[in-house]
Amino acid sequence: MNKSVPNCPRLSRIASSSDGRSVEHWSTTWRDVFAILFFAMALIFHFSPPAQADEAALRTIIAKFATAKNFQATVQIVGELAATGDPSVERSLTALSNGELYFRKADASVFIGKEQGQAILLADPLNGDGAGEAAKAEVTKIKVNNTLRRTIRDALGGLTLSSADPAARLAAARTMFKTPNAATIEALDAAILNEAVASVKKQLEQARASAVLVSDLPASEKLAAISVLKARGDRDALSLLTAFATGAEDGAVKEATEGAIAGITGTLAIWNAAQNVWYGVSLGSVLLLAAIGLAITFGVMGVINMAHGEMVMLGAYTTFVVQNVIRTSFPGLFDWSLAIALPLAFLVAGAVGLAIERGIIRFLYGRPLETLLATWGVSLILQQAVRTIFGPTNREVGNPSWMSGGFEIGQLAITWNRLWIVVFSLGVFAILLYVMKRTPWGLQMRAVTQNRRMASSMGIRTPWVDALTFALGSGIAGIAGVALSQIDNVSPNLGQGYIIDSFMVVVFGGVGNLWGTLVGAFSLGILNKFLEPYAGAVLGKILVLVLIILFIQKRPRGLFALKGRAVEA
Amino acid sequence: MRGNFSTYTNFMAAAAITASMSFSAPAIAQEETIKVGILHSLSGTMAISETTLKDTMLFLIDEQNKKGGLLGKKLEAVVVDPASDWPLFAEKARELIEKDKVAAVFGCWTSVSRKSVLPVFDELNSLLFYPVQYEGEESQRNVFYTGAAPNQQAIPAVEYLMSEDGGSVERWVLAGTDYVYPQTTNKILQAYLESKGVAKEDIMVNYTPFGHSDWQTIVTDIKNFGSAGKKTAVVSTINGDANVPFYKELGNQGIKAEDIPVVAFSVGEEELAGLDTAPLVGHLTAWNYFQSVDTPENTDFIAKWQEYTKNPKRVTNDPMEAHVIGFNMWVKAVEKAGATDADAVIDSIIGVSVPNLSGGFSTMMPNHHITKPVLIGEIQADGQMETVWQTSGLVVGDEWSDYLPDSKDLIADWRAPLSCGNFNVATGKCGGKGIN
Repeated sequence: MNKSVPNCPRLSRIASSSDGRSVEHWSTTWRDVFAILFFAMALIFHFSPPAQADEAALRTIIAKFATAKNFQATVQIVGELAATGDPSVERSLTALSNGELYFRKADASVFIGKEQGQAILLADPLNGDGAGEAAKAEVTKIKVNNTLRRTIRDALGGLTLSSADPAARLAAARTMFKTPNAATIEALDAAILNEAVASVKKQLEQARASAVLVSDLPASEKLAAISVLKARGDRDALSLLTAFATGAEDGAVKEATEGAIAGITGTLAIWNAAQNVWYGVSLGSVLLLAAIGLAITFGVMGVINMAHGEMVMLGAYTTFVVQNVIRTSFPGLFDWSLAIALPLAFLVAGAVGLAIERGIIRFLYGRPLETLLATWGVSLILQQAVRTIFGPTNREVGNPSWMSGGFEIGQLAITWNRLWIVVFSLGVFAILLYVMKRTPWGLQMRAVTQNRRMASSMGIRTPWVDALTFALGSGIAGIAGVALSQIDNVSPNLGQGYIIDSFMVVVFGGVGNLWGTLVGAFSLGILNKFLEPYAGAVLGKILVLVLIILFIQKRPRGLFALKGRAVEA
Repeated sequence: MRGNFSTYTNFMAAAAITASMSFSAPAIAQEETIKVGILHSLSGTMAISETTLKDTMLFLIDEQNKKGGLLGKKLEAVVVDPASDWPLFAEKARELIEKDKVAAVFGCWTSVSRKSVLPVFDELNSLLFYPVQYEGEESQRNVFYTGAAPNQQAIPAVEYLMSEDGGSVERWVLAGTDYVYPQTTNKILQAYLESKGVAKEDIMVNYTPFGHSDWQTIVTDIKNFGSAGKKTAVVSTINGDANVPFYKELGNQGIKAEDIPVVAFSVGEEELAGLDTAPLVGHLTAWNYFQSVDTPENTDFIAKWQEYTKNPKRVTNDPMEAHVIGFNMWVKAVEKAGATDADAVIDSIIGVSVPNLSGGFSTMMPNHHITKPVLIGEIQADGQMETVWQTSGLVVGDEWSDYLPDSKDLIADWRAPLSCGNFNVATGKCGGKGIN
């Protein structure tokens, strides 16, 4: 049992918290006793080989959940369950962690429960067999908090190490890597020997290395562990090594640790720069999406459209309505909700855009100040209309499963929703470019923009082209709203947040040039993300604005200025 | 930048909408009524939070009238819309007091809006009931603070996280929106943490603009800060809309509550309504009231509220409870004084106790703050909070923080003969900080 020495820091921390803080409503002495008890039990468990405890004993322990008075008592019961070493307790522990463990008020028997409408479906906590159902009032949920969830996760880590499912073993190894415990080395050694899947084996070896660092094994073992962690080279490894280095005695081990720390820090700095570039690209794609519609209405047509942001908002609300219908009527289609919302958002925003152009803007061509004020008024009307229809609070737009979570390339964390938005914005850009450059409609649009009278003389119905161009720009803003609903609030104020950024991008990139908008969006995004870590989010934005002002002083027409006689006219 | 812009927009919004939106409830002919002013934004950025409070006040007034009104007269609500525009708050407050002759005003949400109306209430000697948790460092004769002071929300939350129950946190990220409430609260928290022996390098302070939506860098920073081998928590004073993308980013980057819990002071049931809360389960909020509080008073209130709004899913939240308490205190004080004029109510309201919705009684203290229980709740998958910890008794609101060097000697006591909002116990003089 003297292998428990490395755990002493944790033990003493628990003991040192007994200075009677005002937040404690549970006698401190008892808490410490429980903590130590639990601790002792956790240790015993780690030394005993996985055993099949008899079912009746397990049921007796599980039944105690019903009478646990507070979180400490529940923690203690979790410890007891884990100490049995029986893998069949996994079901009830997972349920407890998910807040799905209940006890019936009538007879204090414990069940796993799944909510179904007003009733709760009950299942046996050990074998998962159905046990009828109960009304919500008849059962009480066993409460969990974060400390309890952590305890369960650690306990499950040990229990699932020999699970048949490689994913469960991998999760177990990950948990054990993060909570190193010298007592687990033997179990890990056995698991490494039996492991057939290479990725799991690697993770197990890393978990073993982290445990070795906190053990009192000889220096040679520790050096090997340090090189394993150095090879892993991520932030978790770094934090383990840093913690180890502060306690290490001078000598070869400490030198090796410091070398590994320096090595990892160097690699991480490079990854960090890569991460910043990625964040910049991701922010740039959001800017591009928001600005691309404006690049048409403002850039190509020259209309200062202050209601542009509200078109984005309408797109986002269309997504909300679509998801709402899908949720209530066709729940199976949820992952397709965005694909369904895209054309609808385009149509809704496009139609509103068309109405604005026909109703207001066409009377104001050539009068920029009046256009600005009129479209501003329109934006307020649209906002208040949406507020009246949908209410002032945020509306929930869910992420389809393929847009949730993330993955890692090396040390680069990439979230799916951001990745898809980058892809989507580039796709929209490509389509728009194609429409402008390769279709007859695009040709007419450019002709009208460059020389209205000449185009008119050639038989182009210029008012018609104007209306459709404005509708196209608005429609594009609408589909941008579908994408932005995935990362931002869907509220009546959604559009306001993007209007200034959009104008900034279009002006910076060069009015009337789609490529300019693309380059402008990404350079502003990346610039912003490189400034942010040093200057902070608030100052970073100010700096970007100042830089743009300076840039516009130098090049009033932006990055890619249109040249030619038409522009001067 | 967006902040500036939205103020600008709000100005325009105000100009465009005020004319049509600011209406008075139809006056009841021939009958003398007591008018109650409601000063909450119904348009603009703050409408998201404040509209509910207007509905709450209409509901409370309606309930009171069903009970026979006050002093034998019916109550009449006067609703105005300051449109999230801070200077307009002052204008609208003046209109309520001078033109509509209201007996008391219930309103404001942001600290800026409160600061903007203070001189008006002082000059015209009227009453303001302010229902939102705020940064403290203020006590005015004409204002009653029914929301939480920092010691009724922020400090207990941090104490909880430091305790073993809360996970023995040793490293802190103080993240907030860049304005007065987060900055003052974070200053107090920083001083408090340092007084508890937390090293400076274990505290990271981060501010973001209003409505910030790109949280990638900051969430990564938090992740890195949290991987230094010490238990880390985030204390969030992030305001309003910016919370949704923040929590979404946390979920996507895989930060779980077991690893780095976030405790938020501005996120309530209303804010969570716009969010898929499944990835947030286990993150914390600190308030003085949750809809899930299981008391007969609360069950009764929720039932009546949902019946009044004809929406069986309508949620309740902490600032609503503050209005309930504030309104009932005002009613009781008016009954006690037998009059509605400000001076009489200011004298009679101190010491008035009314039931709060979490099963106890809240009392108006001489510093114009009230006593409240503090609850720590965990966000649940259904968007509700589940209380995981609460103070055993009530906490008295402390207007001048004990942790800031220039306010620790100040106290407020509006009873005669002291009658001072910033009495310095060290010099024995009234005055110093906080005179408006």
